[in-house]
Amino acid sequence: MALDRWIALILLSICLAYGYTAWFTMDAGLAPFMKRNPIWPSTFPKVLSILGLISSCAILLGLEKAEEKPAEINYRRLGDYHLGQALLLLWLMVAYALCLRPVGFIVSTSAFLILGSLILGERKWPILLPVAVTATLVVWFLVQQVLGIYMRPLPGFWGG
Amino acid sequence: MLEGLLIGLQTALSMQNLLMVIGGCLIGTFIGMLPGLGPMSIIAIMIPVAISMGDPSAALILLAGVYYGAIFGGSTSSILLNAPGVAGTVASSFDGYPMARQGKAGKALTIAAIASFAGGTIGALLLMIFAPALSSVALLFHSPEYFALMVVGLSAIAAFAGTGQVAKALLMTVLGLIMATVGEGALFNLPRFTMGLMDLQSGFGFITLAMAMFALPEALFLVLKPKTAQEGDSGAIKDLRISRAEAKSIAPVIGRQSVQGFFIGVLPGAGATIASFLGYAVERNIAPKHEQDEFGKGSIKGLAAPESANNAACTGSFVPLLTLGIPGSGTTAILLGALVALNVTPGPRLMIDQPEVFWAVIMSMFIGNLVLLILNLPLIPYIAKVLSVPRSYLIPFILFFTLMGAYIGQNNATELLLLVGFGVCATALRFADYPLAPLLIGFILGGMLEDNFSRSMQLYDGAAFIWERPLTLGLLVIAALLVLLPSYRARRARLRAQGVAEGD
Repeated sequence: MALDRWIALILLSICLAYGYTAWFTMDAGLAPFMKRNPIWPSTFPKVLSILGLISSCAILLGLEKAEEKPAEINYRRLGDYHLGQALLLLWLMVAYALCLRPVGFIVSTSAFLILGSLILGERKWPILLPVAVTATLVVWFLVQQVLGIYMRPLPGFWGG
Repeated sequence: MLEGLLIGLQTALSMQNLLMVIGGCLIGTFIGMLPGLGPMSIIAIMIPVAISMGDPSAALILLAGVYYGAIFGGSTSSILLNAPGVAGTVASSFDGYPMARQGKAGKALTIAAIASFAGGTIGALLLMIFAPALSSVALLFHSPEYFALMVVGLSAIAAFAGTGQVAKALLMTVLGLIMATVGEGALFNLPRFTMGLMDLQSGFGFITLAMAMFALPEALFLVLKPKTAQEGDSGAIKDLRISRAEAKSIAPVIGRQSVQGFFIGVLPGAGATIASFLGYAVERNIAPKHEQDEFGKGSIKGLAAPESANNAACTGSFVPLLTLGIPGSGTTAILLGALVALNVTPGPRLMIDQPEVFWAVIMSMFIGNLVLLILNLPLIPYIAKVLSVPRSYLIPFILFFTLMGAYIGQNNATELLLLVGFGVCATALRFADYPLAPLLIGFILGGMLEDNFSRSMQLYDGAAFIWERPLTLGLLVIAALLVLLPSYRARRARLRAQGVAEGD
């Protein structure tokens, strides 16, 4: 089975779970006076779940024939591409999300930009370091001073 | 009207207000270029500045300048990075980004600048002429019609976004609508589908989703498969000029889409996003067959259409705000808030009570568009230099800006994890050739669609509004035709092809 059908299957199960909630469990907590309304919080989701079921089944059953065209990236041969770099960058983003608050903006952002470039094969330290640090400071200044959104610049234990 | 025009001109041409227009356009362009910061957030940020000035004309002129600048800046990042920061410029990336990849980034930006200028200027002219009359047309539309109109918009997007894959596009639209129902709806004050998670209480962030659907998969694709045409990019910057033949072919597109975009922008709830998608779809359908195949692969018509339409629609969205006091979009809603804070009550009496405000805004639209054109045409070579930055620097920065955009919008680190999660899902969807734009549009329109649907259901005590209002019924029939027609045509073409094969 091709990837697009697998995805249709996953989306079908999402629609089923969504539909189950909308049709059977959601209205249980509804106040009696709201039940007299012609529209309930679950009305629109009910319609959506049916539409979702129809369209995902149409893909799953292959009702619509699409012409084959060469894909930009052939997912069956992912190993041929720079998969390692992409996965490392994704982990880096997760790490950044987790570090932003505790470690502070300046340290985590500089580290993110430097490590990101390193992952992609950049080794020119004299350019890499100043670019990353300057960009971090400029963005921090813009966000903090111009936009007025508070971001802790330094790790908490340094009093930032 | 002549008197009003002169008053407006006098106000708009004062030194202070000219500086406001120029400053607003510059700020808007630069911030709008950063993916993730759309006009809505920029205007929200500028409101304290505008209100502290105390002069309603100057404040509105500044905010309007920021608005245009942001839309223009958004199309720049759509074209160069395929990372639209604004929903209204998503359609510009369909053809703008392929053009940039073919080494025609400079030409794409020139076309965008000219189309935006024409769209904005024609829109402002129409606003001047039609503002009083249009308010009565907009009044004819009630909740059922808005609901039906949005259904038409969504089906048009589904029908045209996927080349021969209507079911996939439809499923993506429905998925977007489903995602929009997560969180606390305005109508019921009841958390829905949050699975008991506090972080989902307010729903998914639009910016997070936009980043995850467009910028992140694009960056990951760049990592997975380095572009081979990288060297050609630096030469592209010189190629700014458009040939006479190209100008001739896009001129009618710009003219049509400026008018169409304006009228779509007037309808509340429609706005620049629908205008740009509909504009793209319409131009694609009426183009000759050989040009139709170009769409999506770097067609200049496919770039000019959404660019002129979204700018004209931005101007159009001022009509309901200025004449009725009803904001037609999130952005004009923020503007309405600013106006009220400045003691100006927008509405039918605005033109009579405070003509200088009304006409100064219209005049500043002309000046703003001119400023944008003059500022941006010479700046294009420098803007396009973004492409010649080495990949090992560009990608971390794109990733960083997507993270920042999601973070600034919500000030919440969980949002960043959501961003990465959705980004991975979106990449998988792109592998399987699912179109992602319908998902985002469904998500944006989901809330408004449900509100209008619910209101109509309440007014008519059931679904009777569908057949009791001819305008609603007509619009819904059009929507159904839009979805069914492409697959019917494809089936017939296939049957015919089979018949020919057998005949041989």
